[in-house]
Amino acid sequence: MTANAPNSTAPKTLGADKLYVRVSAISSLNALVTRFEFQRVDGVNFPPFSGGAHTVVEMMDGEKKRLNPYSLMSDPTDLRTYAISVRRDDQGRGGSLFMHRKVKVGDEMVLSYPMNLFALDLRARKHLFVAGGIGITPFLAQIKQLEATGGNWELHYSCRSPDLGSYVDELTGHYPHSTTIYYDDEKQFIDLDNLLDGQPVGTHLYVCGPKGMIDWVRNTATASGWPLAHVHHEEFLAPQPGKPFAVRLNKSGLTLEVGAHESLLEAIERLGVDAPYLCRGGACGQCETDVLDSDGTFLHRDHWLEDDEKNSGEKIMPCVSRFEGKTLVLNR
Amino acid sequence: MTLQFNNETFRDDYSFHNSQRAIDRFPFPFHEDSYMYAVNMEQHQGGPADSVYEKRFDVDEHYVAEMADRAKVLDDDPLRCQSLPHMALAGWDLLELIMVSKSEDYPDLFELHREGHKWHWINKPLGIEDHFTFMDDTTLPYAPMEYITRQTQGDFCVLDQRKDNLWMDAGMVTTQADWSLDFDIGMNFFEWHAPVPLAHEKGIFKRALKFLLNIRQGAPARRLNWTMTVNPLLDTSPENYHKWGIQKTTLTPENIGAKQHLRVELQTFFRLPRSNALVFPIRCYLMSFQDIVTKPKWGRRLNRVVRDLPEELATYKGFIENRPMMLEYLSQFDDGLPTSFGVWPDEDITPLLQR
Amino acid sequence: MSTFQFPPSIRSRPVYGILEPRPGKVHLMIADAEGAAAFIDLAFRAPELVAKAHVIYIPKSTDFAAALHALNPAQYYEGPSYSAAVSRIKRVLSDASMDLQIYLAGTEGLIGQALNEAMQAGYDYTAIQTEHRGSVARRMQCVHCKGITEDVTTDPFQCSHCGLNLFVRDHYSRRLAAFQGVCIDAEKPGSVPPFKELYS
Repeated sequence: MTANAPNSTAPKTLGADKLYVRVSAISSLNALVTRFEFQRVDGVNFPPFSGGAHTVVEMMDGEKKRLNPYSLMSDPTDLRTYAISVRRDDQGRGGSLFMHRKVKVGDEMVLSYPMNLFALDLRARKHLFVAGGIGITPFLAQIKQLEATGGNWELHYSCRSPDLGSYVDELTGHYPHSTTIYYDDEKQFIDLDNLLDGQPVGTHLYVCGPKGMIDWVRNTATASGWPLAHVHHEEFLAPQPGKPFAVRLNKSGLTLEVGAHESLLEAIERLGVDAPYLCRGGACGQCETDVLDSDGTFLHRDHWLEDDEKNSGEKIMPCVSRFEGKTLVLNR
Repeated sequence: MTLQFNNETFRDDYSFHNSQRAIDRFPFPFHEDSYMYAVNMEQHQGGPADSVYEKRFDVDEHYVAEMADRAKVLDDDPLRCQSLPHMALAGWDLLELIMVSKSEDYPDLFELHREGHKWHWINKPLGIEDHFTFMDDTTLPYAPMEYITRQTQGDFCVLDQRKDNLWMDAGMVTTQADWSLDFDIGMNFFEWHAPVPLAHEKGIFKRALKFLLNIRQGAPARRLNWTMTVNPLLDTSPENYHKWGIQKTTLTPENIGAKQHLRVELQTFFRLPRSNALVFPIRCYLMSFQDIVTKPKWGRRLNRVVRDLPEELATYKGFIENRPMMLEYLSQFDDGLPTSFGVWPDEDITPLLQR
Repeated sequence: MSTFQFPPSIRSRPVYGILEPRPGKVHLMIADAEGAAAFIDLAFRAPELVAKAHVIYIPKSTDFAAALHALNPAQYYEGPSYSAAVSRIKRVLSDASMDLQIYLAGTEGLIGQALNEAMQAGYDYTAIQTEHRGSVARRMQCVHCKGITEDVTTDPFQCSHCGLNLFVRDHYSRRLAAFQGVCIDAEKPGSVPPFKELYS
C-alpha cells in the first residue's frame, strides 16, 4: 500500500525528527573526559529514553559535518536535560577534539532522537555490569532506570587511575554496596572467574569498554558455562582511517573519492546523496548498501552482515567498512 | 469535526454499518489489480486530511461500539489481555503514547492534564475521568496497558526487543484475524508468523524484522494487511472458532453483498521510549462487499485480486470455499476497464456510463 | 540408537539436537523413558560430566533406569511421573547459578515442560540443550477450552476436556509447552475425518 499518494500532506523528514538543543553546561571531569549538558531550544522537555540509549551529535566543524554517537548518561527520569560524556581521543578523526576544544556553553547543536542498541534485558532477576573506562556511560543511565523501577544491579568498574575515574565518587557515594571500583595503577583487577561463579539463575551480564575487555568477559563467561544469551555488550565502533579509495554511485551517477580520514558514509553524505543511517557504528544495519560491481578487497568492520554476506562482495556497511582496490560501484 | 458514534453491534443481530464518510475513508488495501506479500512499510507521519492515516490513532464512528464489544469479550475471556511480568514499563509507555496522541489529535474528545507525575485523563465519548499517578499501578482501575487499550480501537501487541528479535510479550487482542494471544504470547517474530504460508520462503519476515528493529522514537511506520470475514464480526478468535466458523457457510448469492466483509488491518509500529519495546497496534476496518462496489475502481480491483489470489493464500485467509460465490457477485462489477495505480477510489475518472 | 526424524515444519515447531558436553559447574539432566539413552550416550562421550550431574528421570514403562543409575551421577532421582518430579525440578532451578548446564531428553512433552520450568526460573531457552528420543506423542492444548491433553498420537484427536474433535497443528507454544489443537469440523459439523496415527 502507499497511502501517501497524491494530495497527501508533505511527509516530515524521512527518519526521526531531530532535537534542536543549546549547550547548557560543560564540566571537565578529568584530564580526558568532559561532560556536556543540553537543553532544548524550544524549552520543552526531552523525549523519554531507556538506559543504554545513544544520541548522534551533529557537529559543524567548519565546512565539515561530523556525526558521532554518544551514550546518554543523564537520568532517564529527569527530561529537562540530556547529558553525554566525551573522552578526548587525540588519535581519532576529530569529533572528540571538536567537542573538547570548540564547543562552548550557549552553542546551538542538533541531536538525533535516542536509539538503543544496548538495552537492559528487563526479564533479568539481576543485572551485573562490567565497565572499563569511558564504557561507564551507558550504565549510568541504566542504573538510574533500575533505581527508579526497583531493579537489582551490581557494578564492577575498572579505571586506569583515581585521577581518570569518571563518576567514581558519585557511584561510590550513592551506591556504596552495589559498586566496586578497580584501579589499574594500583594493581586492582576484576577477579572475573570469582565474580561469575555463583551468580543466581536469571542474572544478565553486561560489558562495555575496550574491545579487549569485551572479548575477555565474553570468553570467560562462555568458558564457565554461561549462555551468551545472558551476556550483552556494547562496543564503541568508530570508523577507522584507511587508504583513500574511489566509489561510483549508480543511482546518482556520481563518482567520489573517500578520504583517508572520512568514512564511506560521510563521503556519500558530503556529496549530498541521501543515505540512511541510525547508529553509525556498524551495529544497526540501517545503512546496508548493495554493491553492484567491485574489483578489490573489502575491509568489513561491522557487526551486522553475516559472514556469507561479507564474503559475497554484494553488501557493504558504509558507516565503518572500507575498500581497497580498483573498482567499487554502489546502488546508491 | 463532530463525530457521531454509531449505536451498533458486532455480534448477534450485527447492526454494524458504515456511513458514507466511513466508506469514503475506508483503507482499501490493494494498490494494483493483484496481491502478493511485500514488506509494504511506510512512515506513519500523517496522511490525507480526514483519511484513516491522518492521526496517530484513528478514532471513528465505531469507537464507542467497538469498546463495548471489547469489554464483552474480556468479560467472557480475560486471557485476551495478558502481559508477561517484565512488560510493566512498556505498559506505561503505551498509556503515555496514546493519551498524549489522542489529547493532541482530538482535543474535543480527550483531555490530558499533567503536573509532574500527577495525571488527569478525560475520555468524553466513553464518559471516563481519572486522576492517577504516572508509573503507579495502584492508582488506576486496571494495569496501564489494559486501562488504555480498553479505550482505544484496535488490537495491541507489545513487543520486547532482545537479541535482534521481537518478542510478543504483552497484548490486548479481541479483534484478531484468527490468532490467539494466549497461545502466541512469548513467541518471537518468526514463531508467531510461523503459520503464514509463502512469506517465509520469500524472505519477507527477515526483511520486515530488520526494518522493525530499527524503528525509532519519533518515526513510527505503518502497513496494511487484509482478510475476509463473513458478518461484521470483530472477534474472529480461534478460541471461539467452533462457534463462528459455521457462519462462513451461511452465504447465499442473495445475501453475500451485505454479509461478506473485506477486513482491513491498519498496522502501525511505534518505538516505546522508556522500555525500548515496540508497540504494534492492529486496527481493524470492516466493509461489506456491497459498500465496496459503490466505488467502481474498488469493485473492479477486488474482483481481480480475489480471482487471481494463489490458492495457499485463499486457504490461509479462510475463504477458499466461498471464493466461487464471491467471484460470482464481484464479477458483476468488473467491466474489464483498466484501473489506475494506487489505493484511492478516483471516482472522477470513472467513465460516465459506469456511474 | 535410532531416533525419529521429524519432517521439516513451520518456524514455531521445536527442533531437537544431540546433547553435547558443555562447560559448567553443575549439569542438570532431566529425561523420561528412552531419553535415558541420550544421557548414557553423553556420559560415554564425556565421562567427567557424570560426577557433576544431577539426573532427574521418569522411566515411564521403559527399563533404562538401572543403566542410567549405574553411571553413578552425583545426584540421582527417579520419579513415577512428571508431575511428581516437578516440585524437585523447581527447587533445583531456583537454587541454581548461571554456570548450570541444562540437558533435556525424551518425549516432546517432557522436554517442553522442563524447558518451561527453566525459563520461569530465568534461564534463556536458547541455552538449553534438547534431544528427542522415544515416543512422538504430543502434548496438545485445545485452543477453545484451554485444556491440555497429554500423549496425543493421532490427528485429529478428541479433546479430553471439552470433547471437541481437534486438528493437530504444528504451531507450538513454549510458554504452554504444547501444540495447538483447533476444531476440525466447525464449518461442517460432524464431518470428522478418521483418526490417523501422527506422521503416518
